[in-house]
Amino acid sequence: MKISTKTANRIFDTCNTIFMLFIIVIMLYPFLNTLAISLNNATDSIKGGIYLWPRIFTLSNYGSIFENELLLTAFRNSVARTVLSTVGGLFICSMTGYVLSRQEFIARKFVTIYFLMTMYVSAGLIPTYFLYRDLSLINNFHVYWLPGLFGAFNVIVIRTYMQGLPDSLVEAARIDGASEFRTFFQVVLPICKPVLATVGLWISVGNWNDWFTTYIYASSRRSTLTTLQYELMAVLSESMAQMGQQQSGAIAAQGAAAFNNTSPIAIRATITIVAAVPILLVYPFLQKYFVKGVHVGSVKG
Amino acid sequence: MRTRTIWSRIIQQWQLFAMIVPVMVYVFIFSYLPLGGWAMAFQRYRPQREVQEWVGFEQFEFLFGDASFFRVMRNTLGMSVISLILGFTCAIFLALMINEIRQMKFKRVVQTISYMPHFLSWVIAAALISDFLSSRGILNTVLMQLGIIDAPIIFRANPDYFWWLIGWSNVWKSVGWNTIIYLAAMTGIDPALYESAELDGAGRFSRIWHITLPGIKSTILVLVIMNMGWILNAGFEVQWLLSNDLTINTAETIDLFVIRYGLNQRNYSLATAFGMFKTVVSIILLTAANFVSKRVAKEGLM
Repeated sequence: MKISTKTANRIFDTCNTIFMLFIIVIMLYPFLNTLAISLNNATDSIKGGIYLWPRIFTLSNYGSIFENELLLTAFRNSVARTVLSTVGGLFICSMTGYVLSRQEFIARKFVTIYFLMTMYVSAGLIPTYFLYRDLSLINNFHVYWLPGLFGAFNVIVIRTYMQGLPDSLVEAARIDGASEFRTFFQVVLPICKPVLATVGLWISVGNWNDWFTTYIYASSRRSTLTTLQYELMAVLSESMAQMGQQQSGAIAAQGAAAFNNTSPIAIRATITIVAAVPILLVYPFLQKYFVKGVHVGSVKG
Repeated sequence: MRTRTIWSRIIQQWQLFAMIVPVMVYVFIFSYLPLGGWAMAFQRYRPQREVQEWVGFEQFEFLFGDASFFRVMRNTLGMSVISLILGFTCAIFLALMINEIRQMKFKRVVQTISYMPHFLSWVIAAALISDFLSSRGILNTVLMQLGIIDAPIIFRANPDYFWWLIGWSNVWKSVGWNTIIYLAAMTGIDPALYESAELDGAGRFSRIWHITLPGIKSTILVLVIMNMGWILNAGFEVQWLLSNDLTINTAETIDLFVIRYGLNQRNYSLATAFGMFKTVVSIILLTAANFVSKRVAKEGLM
């Protein structure tokens, strides 16, 4: 018996749609489940059994998080470091990209290799730690943004984009007597918005999501230098340490003494949502840009 | 004569130099200067006199003779290989299936959602994953409802599961993101090929197998080869966040070893020696990978 091509196609499409729905569920469910727990009454959440919808709706978990002094500091630090790193990083990377995109630049080859090498040669954790110590960056807010402004991959992506711009732009600016820096800043940069959006997204995601810098370089001044992701990590490892107790069902709201009317499960879920939402609100709007950016980076990198 | 023209061109391009030299100095400080710290790998700390003493290759000899070196290498390679195989097959499969979606809107929605985990931090991902796998989590609930298991499996407590836990965690986080490059390569395939295949009566599967897959073959090859170069970089964040005392034996990677010995036990020299070993081997692997991928990619074009 032979199935007609049309029917075979329809079967294929149906199976594929089911598969895609499965993918959507796998990707979204853990997040939506956490969202539901963060919106559910904290003591009720301990009973378990919450899936996609809160059982007893409340906003008090968010209330108690934003009353917590440490978490407010963490939030402020995360925002500050992300803004500083993104603005500074975009400036340095695009200026470097501009110089490397000028075909006539005499040291172009040497400088490109000089920068590309940093992608492969890294000194490692311990020598870096000692360097930061000598620069007194340990337990200093500047450790969050100063060392990480340059990114060789970002420079290559920006340079490749700039090489695709018409030469006449730069030449026209030069005939008008504009300096190189003005040409870069006022002529080239404004038309690079797509690639700047991509690289800016990468830099800000990397900074917003980083907890390790706090852990290694700033944890002894946690009360002033902590970040949101670090606090989430701390809550997470606390609840892991309690894993044994959790299984015997003997979980009391002991880990959350600093919070009012809440439980570790609820606190964890709520911080997770607060830490995730800013990025999740931004990235879909930049999708068409970063999809191109990945392509450029992989071909020319 | 020649040197004079070079100098005059440098002077002529002083503005470009003024823009790039500060960046080069910055990169020198933060990327090249710490390489001097590799000297620590050939030294030993003398607490009595508070000085570093030159000891040659003693640290390396100790490292290669230590049982934990082999354990750490085994874990690193094991997790890398599992993540590599799972990562590639899943991403290629998902890309092929996304490419077959006909409604453009649905396709976009699937893509956007599949990128989401890539943008979450490993801390958030670890929190979500450990909830998903917990004894009362959704996976155990579903498996018990279906009658596949009688009692919940404690995935996080079993050292034998750890490499696979990392492999699948990596897949969840990056499979959507990794489809981007394949989907971009698929747009480059000539539509006429599909049309003539359809006229010949080729079904969907045979079109995927005979046209789409060969169309992205060179992309796959280059990516596989380049990823082999990163095989010692199994990462540390996800292992750090998902491991516990029960699983540390199969969880410890090179980077975790460096953190534990270097920062927690303050054995700076040994940790630096291992970090240096990793970087040097990685550079050799990457250079080899680069060389191979250039040859293979050229052949793929023929």
